[in-house]
Amino acid sequence: MIKRISLTLRIWRQESHCSEGKFEDYFMKDLSTNLSLLEALDKLNHQLIVKGQRPVNFDHDCREGICGSCGFLVNGQAHGPQNATTCCQLYLRKLQDESTLTLEPWRTKTFPIIQDLVVDRSSLDRLIVSGGFCSVDTGKVPDANEFKVSQQQAFSAFQTATCIGCGACIASCRNSSASLFTAAKIAHLGQLPQGQLSRLKRAQAMNKQMFIEGFGSCSNNLDCEASCPKEISANWISWMNNEVRQYKKDFS
Amino acid sequence: MTHLPDPCLPVGALSGSWERVRDGLPSIRPEKKDGLKIVVVGAGLSGSSVSATLAEQGYRVTLITYHDSPRRAHSVAAQGGINAARPIRDSGLDGIDELFKDTLRGGDFRAREASCRRLAEISSSIIDQCVAQGVPFAREYSGELATRRFGGALLSRTFYARGQTGQQLLYGAYQSLMRQVANKRVELLPHRDVIELIKVNGVVRGVISRNLLNGELEAHKANAVILATGGYSNVYFLSTNSIKSNASVIWRAHRQGAFFANPCFTQIHPTCIPSGDDFQSKLTLMSESLRNDGRIWLPKKAHDERNPSNIPEIDRDYFLERLYPSYGNMVPRDVASRRAKELCDSGFGVGVGGRSIYLDLRDAILMQGSDVIKSKYGNLLEMYERIVGEDPYLMPMRIYPAPHYTMGGLWVDYNLMSNLPGLFVLGEANCTVHGANRLGANALLQCLGDGYFIAPYSIAAWLATQTFTSNWKQIDNACKDALSTARNRIDGLIKVNGEVPVDNFHRELGDIMIKRCGISRNKNDLRTGLNEVKTLQNKFHSQVRIPPLENSPNPELEKAMRVADFLELAQLILVDAHSREESCGAHFREEYQSAEGEAVRDDKHFAHIAAWEYVEGGKSIKHLENLTFKEFPPSTRCYQ
Ligand SMILES: Cc1cc2nc3c(=O)[nH]c(=O)nc-3n(C[C@H](O)[C@H](O)[C@H](O)COP(=O)(O)OP(=O)(O)OC[C@H]3O[C@@H](n4cnc5c(N)ncnc54)[C@H](O)[C@@H]3O)c2cc1C
Ligand code: FES
Repeated sequence: MIKRISLTLRIWRQESHCSEGKFEDYFMKDLSTNLSLLEALDKLNHQLIVKGQRPVNFDHDCREGICGSCGFLVNGQAHGPQNATTCCQLYLRKLQDESTLTLEPWRTKTFPIIQDLVVDRSSLDRLIVSGGFCSVDTGKVPDANEFKVSQQQAFSAFQTATCIGCGACIASCRNSSASLFTAAKIAHLGQLPQGQLSRLKRAQAMNKQMFIEGFGSCSNNLDCEASCPKEISANWISWMNNEVRQYKKDFS
Repeated sequence: MTHLPDPCLPVGALSGSWERVRDGLPSIRPEKKDGLKIVVVGAGLSGSSVSATLAEQGYRVTLITYHDSPRRAHSVAAQGGINAARPIRDSGLDGIDELFKDTLRGGDFRAREASCRRLAEISSSIIDQCVAQGVPFAREYSGELATRRFGGALLSRTFYARGQTGQQLLYGAYQSLMRQVANKRVELLPHRDVIELIKVNGVVRGVISRNLLNGELEAHKANAVILATGGYSNVYFLSTNSIKSNASVIWRAHRQGAFFANPCFTQIHPTCIPSGDDFQSKLTLMSESLRNDGRIWLPKKAHDERNPSNIPEIDRDYFLERLYPSYGNMVPRDVASRRAKELCDSGFGVGVGGRSIYLDLRDAILMQGSDVIKSKYGNLLEMYERIVGEDPYLMPMRIYPAPHYTMGGLWVDYNLMSNLPGLFVLGEANCTVHGANRLGANALLQCLGDGYFIAPYSIAAWLATQTFTSNWKQIDNACKDALSTARNRIDGLIKVNGEVPVDNFHRELGDIMIKRCGISRNKNDLRTGLNEVKTLQNKFHSQVRIPPLENSPNPELEKAMRVADFLELAQLILVDAHSREESCGAHFREEYQSAEGEAVRDDKHFAHIAAWEYVEGGKSIKHLENLTFKEFPPSTRCYQ
């Protein structure tokens, strides 16, 4: 038997970056609990288009929690109430019948609103441009098995490398700090033998870029860790801070 | 009518032929490279890797993608792993020959032998490259790289990073790309849909994009254009691909003269989460790697509605193990999909509408413990639980085949250039090594092979022969023409102003395609399908409603342009499937099967690549590239 529920969706509607936005309520009934929240939005958009109204704009693509496109606040929580779950993977069976869901875009000045629930996250790409890579040219690399990496080390690097760049950590932080995103990249590369070259420089450059982009600093509230759909540990932030301190010691 | 160009296959012994060809290619003086601009469309594994490499070599690269960041390209979703030749223990063999043969055999001898050989020969340098970038592959206790087995192979040579291999490989390529953005060698243009090609005197010299934020049309001129836009499985609407994956650029190129090869070679993946609800938007893949430990079964009795945990061993039919004792659950995808469909068609299926089979981890958990299983497949199993609401550690998973990958694509020669000079096609968008059926974990390999190790050489060789004498006036005129074609298309679609949203048409197209041209096909269905698609296409162009938003984001318009192209491509797929009167790989024609229900290939008449030429308002023309096999003569695939 398919279970069905009704929901009130209070959605932030905003035409463009320069226009003013406001919440609008949409009542939806007869929703199968086997649908995801984004599929419920598809259904709402279907109704809006038929009525000649502008559909709700939201970012999405893979719908399996891996591309990092989707992301908005659901009742104030990044990606909604389910632990370690992006909003494309939030299924209606996890929600209360007849409840109201408030959907609004990430709210931080480093992610300007594009339209409705869609924001501009290009600042994250610029953080990677500032140093989030290993400097190797194609074809000029050693044999893969020359780097021996223990299972624990490989797994720990992998865990930090799973960050999907959705921006939830930043949207959940009261300072809009990008420390978890940045620490995850620095730790991914810094834990592997391949990433040792320019390890400290990378940490320093990415930290400087965080500041240039206007991200706030970290005050250890740990909301980033709680909202991360990939459960990346905030301990890496202290690890990163150590790397930056080390850089200053070594290079100044 | 245009002729099919020479595929430029290497001469002489197959082994080492790519190295010989590569070393003999003309190269370009470093100072000349800076004046050459290459436009790359697509930032998946193939697009990102080729952009980074060309930029390192000194070209000016412009990379266009519709995502907000290259990191979101569909490649990110690949789960299971990447193949590479691996020395075979205690045998003195390097594993290249085995990978080459498995690829050719897996594709049922409908790919070029030389290209498959090259893929195997460059495979291990691809792994070296990824590791150096910091891709955190799984490791053995010894600290060396770990591998696992994939379908269609008896050897373990699939490298992986848990169930997120595509993500990790893409981030490796993305980071190399961003390093070149930092060096100002790559100009990154996100939020743009490429919707037309610019052609001057028959040579491709750029593309037209639509800015998805403000609707503006932009012309990008180039000395060469690379399409790396991925596959077209979304012609089936419900597929394992990302929602926005599409065929638009390759279809537009086809309309402008590029040949489309083997469009009917589309792969259905056996292990996906089945469909259920009306508004369901995609089918999620459960990686093939699960077949290493999961056992596939169905109840022996038809319409058995018992809870699977209550079905005793003697009432279970582990049908793949029964039918294929040596490969068991690891038979290639097409074989597994077909057996699943047949049993469900005869009433043995389980789940919603009897359209599922069980994939059961019970025995593996008993033998290895749930921790080990979790460490191998943790994220996949969590995903299953989120989507279905059942715990796969306690209950067998319900799965069903779903459209997944397209082996067909634009025709390219051995150098990855289409028949339109200056237009190169990489990754899933071309048709090179997978023949009629792609071997699991070979797609990532091909994308990175194309991008890191093949295209950078072959493009240089082509550029070295060009003088680029067309004057700027000609190019400007071509841009104007292309811009107005694009503008007219958009206006035409918005002007329809009917009452039906785009998704309705897409969903209906998917229903037709899966029914008429899915896991198995026959003449009647294909004919009926063609009529159905034509009718749907007419309805689309008279009833679709797109909000008339001009200078702001308009996701409905993006979708409509993709669906309009899918409606045309679907017809070519049906025509191709109809004209290929044999069963091979994923293309199973019911008329051509053995008494045991296995595919019957017809090498005498169909050992070729069918390359279709577009004819405005008329029937497409089929060109044949005959395939010859020097080192590995076609045999009947046998997985028993
Ligand atoms: C769920 C899933 C799991 C898979 N697992 C595996 C696996 O384990 N092993 C394996 O080998 N293969 C796997 N595959 C297949 C493999 O992932 C793909 O074949 C491969 O990633 C395709 O890469 P690509 O570079 O060709 O294109 P994609 O990664 O699809 O990238 C296409 C790019 O083109 C851009 N683009 C497309 N159209 C336009 C346009 N009109 N304008 C501008 N930009 C455009 C997109 O923005 C994107 O950047 C899997 C596929 C799926 C669906
Ligand atoms: S849509 Fe890709 S992570 Fe949600």
